[in-house]
Amino acid sequence: MTTVLSIEKLSVDFELGTETVHAVRDVSLDLAEGETLAIVGESGSGKTATALSILQLNPVPPAVYRSGTIRFGAHDLLALPEARLRAIRGNDIAMIFQDPMTSLNPLKKVGRQIGETLQLHRDVSRRDTRSAVVEALAQAGVPRPDERAEQYPHELSGGLRQRAMIAMALVTRPKVLIADEPTTALDVTVQAQILELLVQLQDRHGMAIVLITHDLGVVADVADRIAVMRSGEIVEEQPCEPLFAAPQHEYTRSLLAATPRLAGASEGA
Amino acid sequence: MIELERLRKEFRAPGGRTTLAVDDVSLTVQRSETVVIVGESGSGKTTLTRLLLGLLRPTSGTVRINGVDLATSSGADMKRLRREMQVVFQDPYSSMNPKLRVVDIVAEPLVTHEPKARGRAGRAWREARVDELLSAVGLEPGAARRYPHEFSGGQRQRISIARALALNPSIVVLDEPTSALDVSVQAQVLDLLAALKRELGLTYVFVTHNLAVASQIADRVAVMKDGAVVEIGPAGTLFEQPQHEYTRTLLDAVPVPDPSRSRLRAARSRVAR
Repeated sequence: MTTVLSIEKLSVDFELGTETVHAVRDVSLDLAEGETLAIVGESGSGKTATALSILQLNPVPPAVYRSGTIRFGAHDLLALPEARLRAIRGNDIAMIFQDPMTSLNPLKKVGRQIGETLQLHRDVSRRDTRSAVVEALAQAGVPRPDERAEQYPHELSGGLRQRAMIAMALVTRPKVLIADEPTTALDVTVQAQILELLVQLQDRHGMAIVLITHDLGVVADVADRIAVMRSGEIVEEQPCEPLFAAPQHEYTRSLLAATPRLAGASEGA
Repeated sequence: MIELERLRKEFRAPGGRTTLAVDDVSLTVQRSETVVIVGESGSGKTTLTRLLLGLLRPTSGTVRINGVDLATSSGADMKRLRREMQVVFQDPYSSMNPKLRVVDIVAEPLVTHEPKARGRAGRAWREARVDELLSAVGLEPGAARRYPHEFSGGQRQRISIARALALNPSIVVLDEPTSALDVSVQAQVLDLLAALKRELGLTYVFVTHNLAVASQIADRVAVMKDGAVVEIGPAGTLFEQPQHEYTRTLLDAVPVPDPSRSRLRAARSRVAR
């Protein structure tokens, strides 16, 4: 498998007044083409700080990128000037968040903002943009995509907004999608639909996914490989099945033990 | 102990549109029972607890606590009921005054309901009771002198629980008490709630969207959808043999922390083959 993204010895600090928090400590991770890598941890574990580092989206200050490299193609993303980085963000590497309203502008129609992403990175006519937007919404499972494109974010339900955000992230066909707790705010039935959609789109377009989550149930559904983080460090990294079947690190075991399970629910089906 | 009979609550929006948040719900809760109300957002589970606590008036139907009808009870009855029935919310931070020390937060219900806890004369009694409560929820006595922001989410939730127990209530309503917590902390708080229930013989009405949590603590479970209870039954039966289509849909949607049992994974490998 070809590696698309390679994080090497990344350290990120947050300088908060007199205190320095070592949010990410010497983290190394490889992401292969088309795979889903889950970064799992509790709050404060550094999983989001690690993921945001890829596109340098940690707020500076207080964040300081102490050391490390993030290889993407021929570039070291950490060393890239802002202008070059902007050409990669939302284009080769896209991101979705827990709260779709962090990506969607409440004042613009959904279709128009998805179109802007495309026009920013591609030389496309207005008509082609329009059809690409409707196509992206349709692929994200938005019913009546041509009508929805004409609506504002507040007119959509939580699940539909999440789909619109996914459409916006994928309209440029990125090689890597970073998904930060993409289903955490959703009801379980909607969560199940969105996870299914993500794997469908991944199978269709072959993108790699970095999934940030605290939910080991979600991980068990979609991850190929898992990195478990605690206090800024990766304590364990394994392919999905062995991690659940034979967790090596004490902390992974305690996380698994603390995860509530449906008692007495029927096996399989 | 708690009887809800044909309870309905309509909300009227300014435009004249009405929403039926609670639709003809009848439910009883026995002494020392844990009834869990599960449902997705907008199912009416939180509105139901507000009706039960007397924080909202029902459009129709009755709420009876220990045989007293909330709608027709006297002021004195109502005051007694408010001691009997306490509540813990999801976000312990927004339910505490950030400018008060923990000792004063936990003592608030005491000061409201117990004359002997008031003023300078009541201070020794008040502080002794707060220490007792803090130790019951697993916090150090030193916690009393500190402010809410000095505590983690799990510790703050323990403070909320201590406050809820201050008046020796018989009923505690818990509205998503662990939803904002990390799983390891959630497990500790659930253990604490179970231990307190055993020791104090409490009756819990526990609202959650998390079916796995529900299955762990419930004696009985009520599944709500669009304001109505679609299914209610003993936890074991309901999770093993769900009768209602919606309960099955909900159960199927819960991600299981075991890749070998993941439906999504299985479906995907079938397609790949």
